[in-house]
Amino acid sequence: MLNFDLAEEQQILRESVRDFAENEIKPIAEELDEKEEFSLDLVKKMAGMGLFGMFVSEEYGGIDAGYISYVIAVEELSRIDGSAAATVAAANSLGIGPIFYYGSEEQKQEWLPKLCTGETLASFGLTEPNAGSDAGATQTTAELKDGEWTINGSKIFITNSASPISGLIIVQAKTGVTSKGKNELSCILVPNDTPGVTAKEMHGKMMWRSSNTGELYFEDVRVPEKNLLGEKGTGFRQMLATLDRGRLAIAAMGLGGAQGAFELALTYSKERNQFGRTISSFQANAFKLADMAMEIEAARNLLYKACWLCDEGRPFSMEAAMAKLYCSEVMRRVVNEAVQIHGGYGLMREYQVERFFRDQKLLEIGEGTSEIQRIVIARKLGCFE
Amino acid sequence: MKIIVLLKRVPDTEARILINQEGTGIREDDIKFVINPYDEYAIEEGLRLKEKVGGDSKVTVVCIGSEESAELIRTALAMGADDAVHVCDPALKKPGPFTSGAILAKVLQDEGFDIVFCGKQAIDDDMAQVQAITAEILDIPQVNVAVVFEISDDHSSAVLNRRIEGGDERVETKLPVIISCEKGLNEPRYASLPGIMKAKKKEIRKKTLADLGFDSAPGGGRSEILKWFPLPKGGECKMVEAEEIKDAAAELVKLLREEAKVL
Repeated sequence: MLNFDLAEEQQILRESVRDFAENEIKPIAEELDEKEEFSLDLVKKMAGMGLFGMFVSEEYGGIDAGYISYVIAVEELSRIDGSAAATVAAANSLGIGPIFYYGSEEQKQEWLPKLCTGETLASFGLTEPNAGSDAGATQTTAELKDGEWTINGSKIFITNSASPISGLIIVQAKTGVTSKGKNELSCILVPNDTPGVTAKEMHGKMMWRSSNTGELYFEDVRVPEKNLLGEKGTGFRQMLATLDRGRLAIAAMGLGGAQGAFELALTYSKERNQFGRTISSFQANAFKLADMAMEIEAARNLLYKACWLCDEGRPFSMEAAMAKLYCSEVMRRVVNEAVQIHGGYGLMREYQVERFFRDQKLLEIGEGTSEIQRIVIARKLGCFE
Repeated sequence: MKIIVLLKRVPDTEARILINQEGTGIREDDIKFVINPYDEYAIEEGLRLKEKVGGDSKVTVVCIGSEESAELIRTALAMGADDAVHVCDPALKKPGPFTSGAILAKVLQDEGFDIVFCGKQAIDDDMAQVQAITAEILDIPQVNVAVVFEISDDHSSAVLNRRIEGGDERVETKLPVIISCEKGLNEPRYASLPGIMKAKKKEIRKKTLADLGFDSAPGGGRSEILKWFPLPKGGECKMVEAEEIKDAAAELVKLLREEAKVL
């Protein structure tokens, strides 16, 4: 019964996305990173490949390819460039996902087709200046009056929220207080062009420099009551489930990034000569490369299993947290040694591995820090009962 | 318009090729296989022609190859081809050009066609003969090494540029015709993800030699590959080092006389 073969279409998909990333992204990645430039042209090309809406059913413009396929695509993009992968992962997991899973038929009809063609990007407004790991401490409020929500507050570090094609923000807001005295949270769809919305592109990032990151302000923003996503008070649950699935894509970024950095190190170590021989032939380096290959293999198996559980409709949130945690830490170890193998050249922009080194750090912080992942896993183990 | 594209599975251009111990072929267990790169231009040109002509035009991929070729045929379908014929028979281990030509001629006759695109050569054995043999058997024109292709308004003829030494040669041909494609003809598209999902439902018609009416592999016995062997390794390179250039020259002369024995 156990079978590690990918389906034929998944193998073709990997080859195709790999070719695309090598030919269309690799030549421009360094310059976009240097300039901190979000390329609309690249988004268009990625949309042309069908990279948006991969798990969405065909009736809404998706291709219904499932999570293993989605994760393979993100992995292959990350093997070349973290920023491009981040744009695709955030658009799918955080922009398209919540609408596809929790939206009303009307909301799905309105938004999914244009999100799946990539002409519009949706973002997930969760993190706030004072609500990071403590995501339930949302301070943004939404008040319902005369059939309209009035939203006030701010969000920070929101991927895909402040580009010229950012069209929709899924805002997590406090809509009341629960019977236990906690924040009642709900998600509300807020088009970027609603009066009172200000989206400011954030600059000066260490990583994902050619992805789009926004700081959002909501000042008496009014949207119709029907813009509520799902039921009132289910925002926190929607957020947790969205992050469970989102973790699969972040894990894929760790896996793909580790693979890319490993390949750079392997190639370099076979070409670089010191003391009259290739540096890969020194056991000190050969063992590093062997360890990298082993950890990447283990990471891939863990992640694909989590995706398989998800595609099978089984519980997968613990495995998703494990995969996200493990893949991002494997990438940390791999990029660290990959730079080491490159020596002085590894510190230079021109040698690419430097970008992988910077891009990695986000993976231990975004969509739940490594510490939060450990809490998720430990909670499943019953440690806190 | 009925468009046919010929496809062959070959080792990746970047694969490290090693000859097997018996010298009868290459070691295949550890290398990646791809669509012959020149065939990708053929697929793209077929798809562009279909898009241009429209109507009930159809692109059919034809491939002779092992079971493993199926994934690459599926890739061509994911790029946009409509269906495929996969000639797969245990009796066809390594078909020579006459065998392939005879089989392809039969498949093309059975399928019917207006135009056939293929790569100018396969990058594995570099024979570059199959298109010519197929065209001769079918007694139709062939235009090889095409870098420009233009169909006439009434779709009965085409004008092409052939890449020749130092320039291009402009050629006009009637249809039906077999055209072999050179790099530069077009930029092949990627298989998009929606294309990949659609390709799952497209038909690959598998044919054995018996299905095509052959008792055994046709066209054999003309030539036989005796042995494969790698090129001998290049000699060792020795660097001459000295503080003064004239000392280096003296050392070089000494080496050429005493070690290389060429002076």
